[in-house]
Amino acid sequence: MPTLTYLQAISDAMREEMRADERVFLMGEDIGVFGGAFKVTDGFIDEFGPKRVMDTPLAESAIIGCAIGASVEGMRPIAEMQFSDFVSCGFDQLVNVAGKTYYRMGLSVNITVRLPSGGGFSGGPFHSQNPEAWFMHAPGLKIVAPSTAEDAKGLLISAVRDPNPVLFMEHKHLYRRVKGEVPGGTYETPFTARIAREGTDLTVITYGAMVHTALEATADLEGSVEVLDLRSLVPLDEEAILRSVRKTSKVVIVDEANQMCAAGAQVAALIAERAWEDLDGPVVRVATPDVPIPFSPPLEQAVLPQVDDVREACRELLEY
Amino acid sequence: MATETARTDLPADVTEHLTTDDRAGLLRAMLMMRGIEERAMTLYRQGKVPGSFYDGYGQEAVSAGPAWAMAAEDRLCILHRDLAAHIIRGVEPWRIFAQYMGRADGITRGRDGNVHFGDRTKGCVGMVSMLPDMMLVATGMAMAFKLRGEKRCAITWFGDGSTSRGDFHEAMNWAGVQKLPVIFVLENNQYAYSTPLDQQFAVDPVERAAAYGFPGVTVDGNDPEAMFEATRIARERAIAGEGPTLIEAVTMRMHGHAAHDDMKYVPTEKVEEWRAKDPIDRQVKRLEALGVDTQAIRESVKAEIDEAVERALQSPMPDPETVTDGVFADEPALLEDGNAPWSGFQKGA
Repeated sequence: MPTLTYLQAISDAMREEMRADERVFLMGEDIGVFGGAFKVTDGFIDEFGPKRVMDTPLAESAIIGCAIGASVEGMRPIAEMQFSDFVSCGFDQLVNVAGKTYYRMGLSVNITVRLPSGGGFSGGPFHSQNPEAWFMHAPGLKIVAPSTAEDAKGLLISAVRDPNPVLFMEHKHLYRRVKGEVPGGTYETPFTARIAREGTDLTVITYGAMVHTALEATADLEGSVEVLDLRSLVPLDEEAILRSVRKTSKVVIVDEANQMCAAGAQVAALIAERAWEDLDGPVVRVATPDVPIPFSPPLEQAVLPQVDDVREACRELLEY
Repeated sequence: MATETARTDLPADVTEHLTTDDRAGLLRAMLMMRGIEERAMTLYRQGKVPGSFYDGYGQEAVSAGPAWAMAAEDRLCILHRDLAAHIIRGVEPWRIFAQYMGRADGITRGRDGNVHFGDRTKGCVGMVSMLPDMMLVATGMAMAFKLRGEKRCAITWFGDGSTSRGDFHEAMNWAGVQKLPVIFVLENNQYAYSTPLDQQFAVDPVERAAAYGFPGVTVDGNDPEAMFEATRIARERAIAGEGPTLIEAVTMRMHGHAAHDDMKYVPTEKVEEWRAKDPIDRQVKRLEALGVDTQAIRESVKAEIDEAVERALQSPMPDPETVTDGVFADEPALLEDGNAPWSGFQKGA
């Protein structure tokens, strides 16, 4: 199997799916000749032409709204937000049109929206956000967030084939930092959680870039730590969460997103409701405090969960 | 670049493309719309229609004319004052009443109310309350037609208030840039809820079409035949690959924004002035001059409505046990073709 970066795996997913299915096409700002702000679509316009690799005006609501229109006509658009932060400009189309159309009228909306998200490189308040929880609260939208190259490819292909709107949270900080063996051709990865490392004494539940932070933080702790990679936030793999908690009885939940009502808050609520009797300690959360993501490196590092923060939280809970 | 923006009043008498049957069909669709909405208002007052109720009294021509010009494989994003478009596409009246009453057989199965519906099996997408959102959905449909090289067209209606939203601009801009086969119908009914035109825009919005690189035309929105003709021309342009058209249908909202609104912010004389321009009265006069028995049409519409109400009242309320069903689709469920009664299509036009 070839070794690909997380970014190459995303490109590979789109390239293979576009070769296999002529309904699939791309829309976004600067994705054509320029190949995208992060070069995810580099070379695509040469292979597929400008009709299927569509450079759009700078208008996120239009990108999402037009993707919806094309999808109800049988196309399978993949829309790129140049940065996930910019999805705020397309919020209404996602929340009120994409998310509610099937429930209201039985008309399926097969769109995939790619959201390059996350911080860690001085992107500042408008290029570092993790907006997944905004959309978890809106019924009708699926949300996936891969942490590995293999899952990035498989989850993206599953998203394109899913007859529902799917938000694909791709973490920018993983683009070139994470590599792995990735199967060729096309394959689907289910919207379920994955055990990134087995353990018996404590479970760290997280997703996206924080999976790598959690693995590093707990590699040499006294105690056997399980790391559960959620992969999908909607649907949330509740059984995998409960199974792991029942096994280890101690839970640390890590979000790179702002803490208030983050994905991890829902996980904590689930555990409180359905695994209370299985717990041997408080549910512990590590997340970004409720501040905009600052620009300057020491400030940014002070808010984003770091390896040491996760290690300390786990150590304390193991000793509880 | 085509910039024919002008206040072009189309001829009121458009006989070349409409047979007498077409003209009677337009009247029937408008009578059906008015009859259904009047009956629904009664049901609302009887407490049988939950929520509020919105109608398009006096605006029937704005949806009837354009919908008559659309082909079966065309697609429509329909506004809440445009019931005639649903009727022309083939939605059965009893299901419209069931929709209003929140019944299991309504088009949205009780998931949404009043005119918030679109029958996907008729090529229609229902509106959301953020009205110009659907301009982008229609533009996206047109994009799919262009990508696949199909000679098809999308149409969307929106109000004067919608012209203030960003999605209006984004849709018009994209459609202009890509020369997409889409028709934008600006339903100018003088008020956005209580806000009059002079507080909504400083420039007549039909003139904005020029800024996006395509023609804008102003049409008598109380004349179904003028609306038909403007749409027919816009559709020909669209499927010839010449791009979008903005049609401003000038009309008047004769009732309040919704059932609760007494519309006291509108001068009485303005309402009376527009009452004299009633689109149904005008079409009746035309048809009577052609010797058509319009009374027979009225009677058949009334009979159909009576039957539809009875049938809808038999429809069960939706089962609360099913309320969480159908948030996500297991299989694709896409748009299908609707009715296209215009004689021009039968002739292979």
